[in-house]
Formats: sequence, C-alpha cells, structure tokens
Amino acid sequence: MKVIIKKGLNINLEGPAEKIIKDGEASKLIAIQPSDFPGLTPKMLIKEGEPVLCGAPIFFDKYNDVIKFVSPVSGILKSIERGAKRKITSIIIESDGKMTQASNSVTDLAKQSREDVISSLLNGGLWPLIRMRPIDIIAQPTDKPKSIFISAFDSNPLSPDYDFIMHGKDSEFNAGIEVLKKLTDGPINLQIRSTADDVFKNAKNVEINTVFGPHPAGNVGVQIHKIDTINKGDIVWYINPQDVMIIGRFALTGTYDASRVIAVAGANVSERNYIKTLPGSQISSIISSKNIKDNSRLISGNPLTGNKVSLDGFLGFYHQQITVLPEGNQYKFFLTEGWLGAGFKRFSASKAYPTWLMPKSKVYNIDTNLNGEERAFVVSGEYEKVFPFDIYPVHLLKSIITNDIEKMENLGIYEISPEDFALCEFVCTSKINVQSIVREGLDLVYKECM
Amino acid sequence: MKFLRNIFDNAHATLNKKESTKKFFPLVDAIDTLVFTPNHVTKKGSHIRDAIDLKRTMMLVIIALIPCLLFGIYNTGFQHYRVLGQLDTASWLDMIGVGALVVLPMVIVSYASGLLVEFIFAIRNGHTVHEGFLVSGMLIPLCMPADVPLWMVAVATIFAVVIGKEVFGGTGMNILNVALTARAFLFFAHPTKMSGNLVWVTGYEDAKVAGNLPDGASGATALGDLVQGKADPSMAAEIGASFDAGQYDLLHSFVGLIPGSIGETSALMCLIGAGLLLWTGVASWRIITSFFVGGFVMASILNLVGGNVYFDLPAIHQLMLGGFMFGMVFMATDPVTASHTNTGKFIYGFLGGFIGILIRMVNPAYPEGIMLAILIANVFAPLIDHMVISSNIKRRLKRVKVA
Repeated sequence: MKVIIKKGLNINLEGPAEKIIKDGEASKLIAIQPSDFPGLTPKMLIKEGEPVLCGAPIFFDKYNDVIKFVSPVSGILKSIERGAKRKITSIIIESDGKMTQASNSVTDLAKQSREDVISSLLNGGLWPLIRMRPIDIIAQPTDKPKSIFISAFDSNPLSPDYDFIMHGKDSEFNAGIEVLKKLTDGPINLQIRSTADDVFKNAKNVEINTVFGPHPAGNVGVQIHKIDTINKGDIVWYINPQDVMIIGRFALTGTYDASRVIAVAGANVSERNYIKTLPGSQISSIISSKNIKDNSRLISGNPLTGNKVSLDGFLGFYHQQITVLPEGNQYKFFLTEGWLGAGFKRFSASKAYPTWLMPKSKVYNIDTNLNGEERAFVVSGEYEKVFPFDIYPVHLLKSIITNDIEKMENLGIYEISPEDFALCEFVCTSKINVQSIVREGLDLVYKECM
Repeated sequence: MKFLRNIFDNAHATLNKKESTKKFFPLVDAIDTLVFTPNHVTKKGSHIRDAIDLKRTMMLVIIALIPCLLFGIYNTGFQHYRVLGQLDTASWLDMIGVGALVVLPMVIVSYASGLLVEFIFAIRNGHTVHEGFLVSGMLIPLCMPADVPLWMVAVATIFAVVIGKEVFGGTGMNILNVALTARAFLFFAHPTKMSGNLVWVTGYEDAKVAGNLPDGASGATALGDLVQGKADPSMAAEIGASFDAGQYDLLHSFVGLIPGSIGETSALMCLIGAGLLLWTGVASWRIITSFFVGGFVMASILNLVGGNVYFDLPAIHQLMLGGFMFGMVFMATDPVTASHTNTGKFIYGFLGGFIGILIRMVNPAYPEGIMLAILIANVFAPLIDHMVISSNIKRRLKRVKVA
C-alpha cells in the first residue's frame, strides 16, 4: 500500500550524525526512569545495595503487576532516587561490567502458544518495548490488538537512519517479527520509505506500506490513522524496529541484550556519529564533555519530543538519539535578530519570514529560545497545515483544557499521542505547550474510560 | 544593545525593589519585549520553536494597512479641496497637510486611549500586555469619517477594548471584532457624526454653515447618493450619470478618490494590503475569496431585480464602494472572531459578503451594511464551526458503526 502524507513539515537542522557506528564506552551507571513510561507507578522488587543480574526484574507496575522491568546490566542496585511525595524518579544500577545473564535458556518462541509467548516476554522484561495506541502507554498483555505497527523510518529532525543501523540484521529482525506475529490475528504493518534497506524490503510476515511525504510521516500515529484508523474500543500495538531486533535476539539466544544504536547529532556537538549503547546509559558515557560547546542544551531523544538532560543524566528508555542544540537564553534585539528583523536565518513554517522562499534543503541552526511569549490561541489554521489527521487539533485541545471527556472522544483523542502534536507545538504562534496538554488529556481518558 | 539592555534590566530591578511598584511590571515588560525578544527558553515539549510570534504577525497586518493609511491621508485632503472647489489651486502637499492634520491625531488618540485600557487591565490582572490592540488601534481611525470629533474616537476605543475584548478575557477571547465594535458603538450612539452627508469630508459642515460652499458641492458618499437615487427617481438620472462617468465612475471608485471613511475608500490600496497579507499567509485566502464571492452573488441577484439606480449599478462597481473591500481584507479576516475551521471560513466569508451587500442595498438606513454584516458573521462564526465539527464527529461515529 502507498501512503501519501501531504500536510507536515521537515525541519532541516544543522549537524546530522555521520554514518559511522562506534561502540560506546560501557556506562558505569545505568538508570531506569519511571517517567519514561507514562502512567507507571513502580513497585520495587529489590532493595538498595542488593545485587542484580542482566535481565533480572527490578520492579513492576503497581497497577499491572505482570509487567516487569529488568536490569539491562549486572551489578548492584546503587540507589533509588525519589522526588516529591516520595515518587520514584530514577533507579540507578552500578554495572560490574560483566553482563552476567539471569538466564539464558533458549526457548523456541515461534512454536509456543500466544499465552506462553506473552509470559516469556513479560518475564524476560521485553514487554515494555511494546506500546499501544490509544493513550500511548505500555501495551496491556490482556488486550488483543487489531494490528501491530512498525515504522521503519524516523522523520524527526536529526533522527537516526534505521536503514543504516539495521542493515544486515535480517535474522534478528525477522526472528522478532515472528514473535510479534504470535501476538495479533491482524497484520503487522511495516512502514518504509521507497529507498528502504533490504532488511525491511525483504522482511517476512509483514504488510509493507511505502510512505511518502514530510514529517510526521514517520510517526506511527499518522501511519495508523492512514492505514488502520483507531476507533473507540480498538487497540493497536506498536514497536520500534530496533526493539523488534532486541526481541529477536531474545528469541534466538535467550539473553536479554538491550543494546541499540543511537544517533548523536546537533549543531553544538563536534563528534557526530552513531553509537552502540544501552538505554539508561549515562549521557557522559556517550558524549564527552569536551566535544560539547558552551551553553548547549542536551536532549535525550529528538528536538521535538525529547527530554532535557545534563551530562550526568541518562538516556531515555525509548530514545533513539541524543541531540545537542545551542541554548537560546540570550535576548534578541528586535531589529537585528528579533521579531522585526529581516530574518534571513530564522526558520519559520509560516511565510512571515523570508526563509520560506529559500530552497527546502537549506539547513538551519535553531536554538531553544521560545521566540516569543505564551499567548492565548489567536491565529487559526496553522496547526492544520502540519497535522495530517482528520481531526480538528485546536478544538480537541480546547476540549482537553476544559476536561470534557465526551468531546475528547468525539473529536478523536483515541487516535493521537503527544508526539503527533509536536509539530503543532513547534509552529504555534502563541507558544502553547501543546504536547503536555495532550498527555494530560490522555491520562484523564485512561483513568476514566479504559 | 548592551546599553539598552541595561536600561531595561535596571528598570525591572527598580520595580522589583518595592512591593507597591511590582504591579507596574507590565508597563516595563511591554516595552522591553517590544525591543528585545525575551531570553525565555523552552521548558517542556518541543525544544525548538518556530521564529514566528504574535508581534510579527500583528506587525505584518500594520504594514499591510500602511497603503490605506497613506492614501487615506491624501484623500482626506483631496476631498476637502474638492468640496471647496479649490482642486485647481491646491497642491498635493496641501492635501497631505490637511489630511495629516485630521488623520494623525485620530491615530494617536486611538492608540493612546486603547493602550491605556490595555495597560490598566494588565496591571489589574497581573499579566503582560498582549499584542492584539496594535492592529485594532490602526483599524479604528481608518474606519471613521474624517470629521468625527477626537473625543468620540477615544470613547469608542475605550468602549470597544473594555466591552468588546477585556470583559471576555483579552486578546484571543473576544467574540466581536474590536475595531468594528468601536465603529458600531459610534454608529448607534452618535449617528449624526457617523452617517448622513455632513461628516465624510473634512471642513464641509463648517463651510456649509458659513455659506461659502460652491454650487452643487456635496459631502455625500457614493452610497449616500445611491440611496437617495433609489428613494427619489427624479434624481436617478443625474446620480446614475455620476457613476457612468464622473465623480464615482469605476476608476475613481477603484482608486478611491471618493468620500468615505478615512481608510476604506481605495479598493486598490486594500488589494495591495490583501496581497501582502495573502503572500505572507497572515490572512486567510478562504475568507477573502468567499467574502468577495458572497458580495458579488448578492449584488448580481439585485442587479437581476433591478428597477432603480442602486440595484442597476453593476455588481463589480458596487463592491468597490463603501467599506466592502476594507472590511473584506482587514476586518473579516481577524482570526479570533472569524471561523476557526477551514471549511467554516468559506461559509463565514460568504455569509459576511452576502449579508453585507443585502443590508447595504435593501435597507436605506444602513448604507454601511458591511460593518453590521461582519459583526453578524462574527456572532455566527462559532455556530458555523460547531456545524463543521459536528460533521467530523458524525464521520467518526459512522466509522465505528461500519467497523
């Protein structure tokens, strides 16, 4: 199937990662941060100071106790950091560098029943890799999804190129698909670009859809909307292609090896390349401080949806890149760099700056300045230009702001997730933090309706 | 730059010293943010943001209004010398001089009174000053007759900002276009200064009282003449002739050398403004085109009815007169009070143009029907959006039933 996305926006940022894969230095500290999993309340299984093995459970979801979270390394549980109301903010493991596995018995998952596959994935700690739409949280093992979606490309700014990362990983990827195939009666939809690598083009047991068009074409939410729309009551699962490979590795070897290749990119980092590392690794093990310019913003994830981190911070569980951008904490004089300047270097999706007349391939160095102040909704029609859903974004947001659940349902909240609104947030003239509004709406709907 | 920055930093520091002066923060902040885009960085969500902000958007509208403003100044002087019969002796500099003396005080009064209200509300409610009034402050004088007293401009502006906007919660929350609220307020509160034949040309009334008007000089607008021609068929031939070739012919109407509100007379200048607004994507092409089509359809229907000099005027000529073009480009396109959905914008624009021409041509009391029609369309805009969104909801529910 061909899917053509017309609405959207490619943001060409300076400093994409060079196509060289390097082995990252093994991080001494590894953190699992519950905030990476919306709606999760962790309940610890082990105490501070106790030893852990790679692939052994550390905590589980208090409200869904079959979903376990495992340690990606062997070592000891160093500390449990808590924030306000004693909420766990991160669980830090000190690695012994040996990667001793908790178990490595190979079970042929492909021959097991659906229930056994699910319990193997749950016990193996692989379940959190699978997420669901609606709500955009970890999949519920009791659900039966109507289909599973894998987006084989990332269209976010400075995003990693999966065609490059996954090249030659056919056996692991296909083994992963075979496991996923057990989980649904529907199809596994693999969305690719027309230029995709053979690992995707030759993938077995999948429906291949070729997607054309600008970002957010790579967002799984958009792909689901175009291929197999979610109605109220429908469940669709999705998973990142590298995580399919992690499941494949587990099926082939029985070991828990969460390592993945991430991109290090952005205008303010000098060594830009791909690095093989573990989720939860300390950022300083991935980027050396001498490669970062002064006054930089470190982002775990992409510039549109990622989290702000420091060098002591940790790579997010689902994040596939680290982006380093210039911090925009300086005043901009209105006639030179500010709102009344000519603005030949200022990127805008609107036509209010002359940059829209320049070639689309031109790259920009965008800093983290808000470029204005927060206002009420004034300009209409701008979200719609970058939002390829049959949904009225502003009206949906207003229904979320007013906590009107019935209206949220009617206006399509089941079809969207915060990342689908990232471009709306980018283009917003009124500088409204749209993604956090969407997350609040989804959390409310989850609490009240699911 | 550093020097300017220090001034603002010091001003903020001085205000922050005392609890009693802290509330005047919006005063300094408004000027500060005008001169410097603040050093605010993104905290949550997208780390990078578009370069656009509300100040840029509003400034583009003001730039688009400049042709109308400049032509309005010239035309105010031109009309003044026309009724006095001194077109031959007055130079264009004289005309600009007379016009500037009339128009610029109105612009200053409008901005001063409107911003005063904005500042009072910002200080009272403890928020920053929002940009909405930058455009309204320019629109208000441009939709006034030349001879309206300045105190009325001030009263109308204050009324419009308080009742039209601030009671709803400020910029972005209002239901009615602020500039049109000001105009409608004066239209109903002081009709003698907003309609009739005396106010459109500066100096006309004084000259008439003093009795030194040349024979046949008229201060009426084109629409005023048409209403008269419709009511009194004996004058129809004479009035019709001035539209075929003469004071109100198509070229004069298009260029705008006719009496009327200060900024609205020139269709050409409105179209230049429209060009800029459409080119930069600030105004909605959906509203502008559908508004034009709506007006054209209504005028064509009345052409078919015919029977008097007003209804017989060709539709395209009709649209060049009065506030149609100005309302279409600058008033109807206000994103806050227009429909917010793309489909809704077509309906909204069509409704505005259609009703505007209907009111203007059929009801002799309201030759300025466009103003009222846009206000009606403003009121209907949420309803139109509701219908558009209901159809989206129905589509979604239907999908569930099919599946």
